[in-house]
Amino acid sequence: MIPASFEYVVAHSLDETVGLLAKHGSDAKILSGGMSLIPAMKLRLAQPAFIIDVNGVSGLAYIREEHGELRIGAMTRESALERSSLVKHGYPILFETARVIADPLVRNRATIGGNLAHADPANDHPATMLALGATIVAHGPNGDRLIPIDEFFPSFFASALEPDEILTEIRIPAPGVRNGGAYIKFERKVGDYAIAAVAVNLTLDAHDTCIAARIGLTNVTDVPARATRAEAFLVGRRITDQAIADASRLAAHESDPKSDLRGSAEYKRDLVRVLAGRAIGRAVSRARGGSH
Amino acid sequence: MALRTVNFTINGEAKSVQAESRQLLVHCIRETLGLTGTHVGCETSHCGACTIHLDGEPVKSCTMFAVQAEGKSLTTVEGLAVGGTLNPVQEGFWEEHGLQCGFCTPGMMMTATALLRTVNEPTETEIREAISGNLCRCTGYVNIVKAIQYAQRKMHATPAPEAVLQGGD
Amino acid sequence: MTQTIPMTSAAIGGMGHSMKRKEDPRFLQGKGNYVEDVNLPGMLWMDIVRSPYAHAKIVSIDASKALAIPGVLAVITGKDLEAYNLHWMPTLMSDTQMVLPVDKVMYQAQEVAAVIATDRYIAADGAAVVDVEYEELPVVVDPFKALLPDAPVLRTDKPGKTDNHIFHWEAGDAAVTDKAFADADVVVKQDIYIPRIHVASIETCGCVASFEKTEGKLTVWMTTQAPHAIRTVFALVAGHVGLSEEKIRIISPDIGGGFGGKVPVYPGYVIAVAASVLIGKPVKWIEDRMENLQADSFARDYHTTAELAATKDGKLTALRFKTLADHGYADAAANPSKFPAGLYHICTGSYDLQAAHVEVDGAYTNKPPGGVAYRCSFRVTEAVHTIERMVDIMAHQIGMDPAALRMKNFIEKDQFPYKSVLGWEYDSGDYHAALQKAMDIIGYDDLRREQLEKRARGEFMGIGISSFTEIVGAGPSKDFDILGIKMFDSAEIRVHPTGKAIARFGTKSQGQGHETTYAQIVAQELGIPMAHVQVEEGDTDTAPYGLGTYASRSTPTSGAAAAMAARKIRDKARKIAAYVMEVAEEDLEWEPGKFTVKGNPEAFKTIQEIAFAAYTNHPQGMEAGLEATHYYDPPNLTFPFGSYICVVDIDAGTGQVHVRRFVAVDDCGNIINPMIVDGQIHGGLSMGLAPSLYEEISYDEAGNCLGGSFIDYLVPTAVETPNWETDKTITPSPHHPFGAKGVGESATVGAPPAIANAVVDALWHLGVRHIDIPMTPSKVWKVLRDHGVTG
Repeated sequence: MIPASFEYVVAHSLDETVGLLAKHGSDAKILSGGMSLIPAMKLRLAQPAFIIDVNGVSGLAYIREEHGELRIGAMTRESALERSSLVKHGYPILFETARVIADPLVRNRATIGGNLAHADPANDHPATMLALGATIVAHGPNGDRLIPIDEFFPSFFASALEPDEILTEIRIPAPGVRNGGAYIKFERKVGDYAIAAVAVNLTLDAHDTCIAARIGLTNVTDVPARATRAEAFLVGRRITDQAIADASRLAAHESDPKSDLRGSAEYKRDLVRVLAGRAIGRAVSRARGGSH
Repeated sequence: MALRTVNFTINGEAKSVQAESRQLLVHCIRETLGLTGTHVGCETSHCGACTIHLDGEPVKSCTMFAVQAEGKSLTTVEGLAVGGTLNPVQEGFWEEHGLQCGFCTPGMMMTATALLRTVNEPTETEIREAISGNLCRCTGYVNIVKAIQYAQRKMHATPAPEAVLQGGD
Repeated sequence: MTQTIPMTSAAIGGMGHSMKRKEDPRFLQGKGNYVEDVNLPGMLWMDIVRSPYAHAKIVSIDASKALAIPGVLAVITGKDLEAYNLHWMPTLMSDTQMVLPVDKVMYQAQEVAAVIATDRYIAADGAAVVDVEYEELPVVVDPFKALLPDAPVLRTDKPGKTDNHIFHWEAGDAAVTDKAFADADVVVKQDIYIPRIHVASIETCGCVASFEKTEGKLTVWMTTQAPHAIRTVFALVAGHVGLSEEKIRIISPDIGGGFGGKVPVYPGYVIAVAASVLIGKPVKWIEDRMENLQADSFARDYHTTAELAATKDGKLTALRFKTLADHGYADAAANPSKFPAGLYHICTGSYDLQAAHVEVDGAYTNKPPGGVAYRCSFRVTEAVHTIERMVDIMAHQIGMDPAALRMKNFIEKDQFPYKSVLGWEYDSGDYHAALQKAMDIIGYDDLRREQLEKRARGEFMGIGISSFTEIVGAGPSKDFDILGIKMFDSAEIRVHPTGKAIARFGTKSQGQGHETTYAQIVAQELGIPMAHVQVEEGDTDTAPYGLGTYASRSTPTSGAAAAMAARKIRDKARKIAAYVMEVAEEDLEWEPGKFTVKGNPEAFKTIQEIAFAAYTNHPQGMEAGLEATHYYDPPNLTFPFGSYICVVDIDAGTGQVHVRRFVAVDDCGNIINPMIVDGQIHGGLSMGLAPSLYEEISYDEAGNCLGGSFIDYLVPTAVETPNWETDKTITPSPHHPFGAKGVGESATVGAPPAIANAVVDALWHLGVRHIDIPMTPSKVWKVLRDHGVTG
């Protein structure tokens, strides 16, 4: 499979990138990891006239805590997230997300920014970022703009980025006391998109009452989405097996999967229930200080 | 078709090639440079037959454009053996019958070589996860795992032989 | 008869030694030579335009935009080939299939036109802009509906054809079987579907065709498992346009996996040859993965209603299979001519059954033509899967342990050679020993106890057994031919003056390690170190004629030929040794590598000394040289066997089947290279796992191919694949020159029912009787929920 011809431009700075985006508009595509874009181009599903390679823009690959947030540069490779001890120990939900994306070789190229900007409901980071309540930093002609993750996926395969903006950073609130998260993905085999996956991030008080909960769903909605009724159900409730089971049922109800080769809609909805139950259970265990 | 000049090193040798923007890196390696040990088995980044090292990290060269290799250091299977001596991974694949048709083997060995450079004593599970981006249809992976374990033992049994540590990148 | 093979020294490296492979150094260093690595001066590239529709009339093809692209030299259509009467070609089953269509397409992804250009990128650009106007026709996807009276007739090219029926074939005595069923205490009946799958070798198919006009010589490097047969097919198909067999050279270079998918002649090869002949330059065609999965020959697609009868105490009495085979739009199977359903009538398996009747009907549908094997001997996997599933269903039905039921019904060791009720003569076997060994290794009784405990806790754990009998090594010339060519195979050995040898064969390795194992056979028979035996295959200009490598036939046929040719050489060597040592031939004793004078161990001549003498000091009146050729016509097929036991755990929440353990005890007779045999079994097991749990190619109502890329065609990775545990028993074949049987496919044949039986075993108590493969999470989840398990 051979991509159609295009013009290749290397950007050396964010401003140059934004200028190129402004000039070429929707004819241009940003090339970061390329792990979604290049296969689409090879299949000629995507035929952009201009490719703007941002791999040469320095200062976009980092993982650091500052201002009470975890800040991740958009060009950070998935493999860097997997290898980061800060991520592994401080944000296990993010570690669990990164390490189930595609396969290890793809993760050496794929970037977290690309995963989010592609706005594919089958991608793994959107659900996790929804659960974490992340903020997206977009850079455009007027500088930086902060976009709450809840507003980042407005419609099918579309992000809230303007045509002349580039995603530069992801900000995740640092976990508070008795906070725990988990991402559980069920796939047909390594390298597959999720049949379904559930991201859960919650906080308990000293008496095991849930005081905050966010749940993100992967590949079971048209756009990356939260299971808000399940979240609302959990908040204010003492965590019991029954509460987890009830919340999981609500999450399943909120999913809207389509039948395909991965399974029937009915199957996927039930899978959301099962995975939500397991993810909530793991998140609770972490919130309580368990290691697992 | 506009061609660009792309400069990189491959297996330690500096190269300057002319590439169309859309030329896939694997085609540049195979056809422009004639290094046909790197293979193509799919177009959806699933099989890993095209795995090479890009600045030391294993990547799928069918999912990169040749122009992206500008300024990079590449290693292909042809660069694994140093001075005609097989590297420990190559030796392990031979000793443990880690290959049959040989088509996935170069990519598999590139991944394995990178794994052993970054993880000292990978468990069987870690080895299996590490090679999960490389499909093999012949071996059932059992002997590939053994081959990598052989290489791991060999690298640790022989303290710091230059040729082994340099590996070829 | 038991054949004991003397063990040679490691320096000689004859049979039984795990010699490292001679072919590996080139593969390990990226120096393999696969078809895509072949580049010739002035070479052009071909890309193929394919149909988006499963059934459509071609209204027009407009190539003007493609031809306007600089570098596009030609666009070839069916009409161009029709001018030479090359637009249709015969299949190996004496059906016909299109090379390029003239009036209509019959499946999605069928070849419609070919673009020839100076570069692969330009060829792809050209293919993208060839405008084809189609008029959709009604699509027939379901083979059962295809046979209904009102179904559209697909093969309108066949004069007088009024339905979509291809063939009816049957074996066994229907009346005797009916009576046995009528008399039976217990009868179990089950519909079993074995889906379409694809071998998906990691190297796809392709060729470089080079026609040299001045000499009229055609050379084709191609991904073929059977180069000699291909040469003859090309000569037969294109003789009328001047291709003559002595001027056709087929070279099968290193092959990146075959598994049966590289046996057929695909349209792409023929178009590339036609393009090279027309344009006068070499033309390269390398299909991509989607073309490979969507258009190349598939395997399986058997719909069977199976019945098995038994007494109430578990003695199996009769079997009845009725099968509908979906062949796509052409019967392009790769079976021996007399067997339209292959060797499916091995379906009485490892059991001493007194009555059996099996029927197969073939149907045309709007799908790619086939079906070839998927790492198995002609339809044996279908047979084994069905009998092994039925035996398990019977065991559960009458409340007998599946192992005990098998033990009770196995053909006994002393019954061999065993004549089956469907007409085969099994050469040798010891089925009880293999199953017992597998049970001992896995700890069968403990597992059954664990299963009971788990079941009590509501957990789902299953244990599955498969005790298969393979049938390989096709085959004896009285019954076996492909397009009339008998299925012998060949070896030619030349011993050089310095005692080194070259050996050439009619087969073609695709990873099986022939360069090593054949050298070991020669080493065993002549005592020449295997390191000094150069093995070559795959070039029709140099190798002796043979039918190729598939159906686990290389060791049973060409391997046997190697031994026979070596023995001819040894006979001559004896004469030379006697002459040189001035003793009588009868006074000489052979051991691998030398002739010694009886009673005088100091007086001997090595094979190397004899080889030198063959060129420097041979007896007057004897031909000089030391070489021999043998075309081996096997007296019978060989019947490898084994018992596999699989343990699975099922996640009731997700429906996922986890293979916890898998023990494989194989018996392939005497072993040439234990390391390679183990590797063959590992690979075979993995290709048994794949269709059991992951792989399937299916079609929607419109005939759209589902699972036509590696996104959805789920080849397992190292993570999904368990750590296979292998062991063996050895029961030599009594009729093979060194007692070997073949092993490349046993595990692919034997593994699926072990896995399927384990899954059903875990769920039987819920009322589950059968699940078709692949047992995907979604399918198992549905079964669980349908039986009240909420997870």
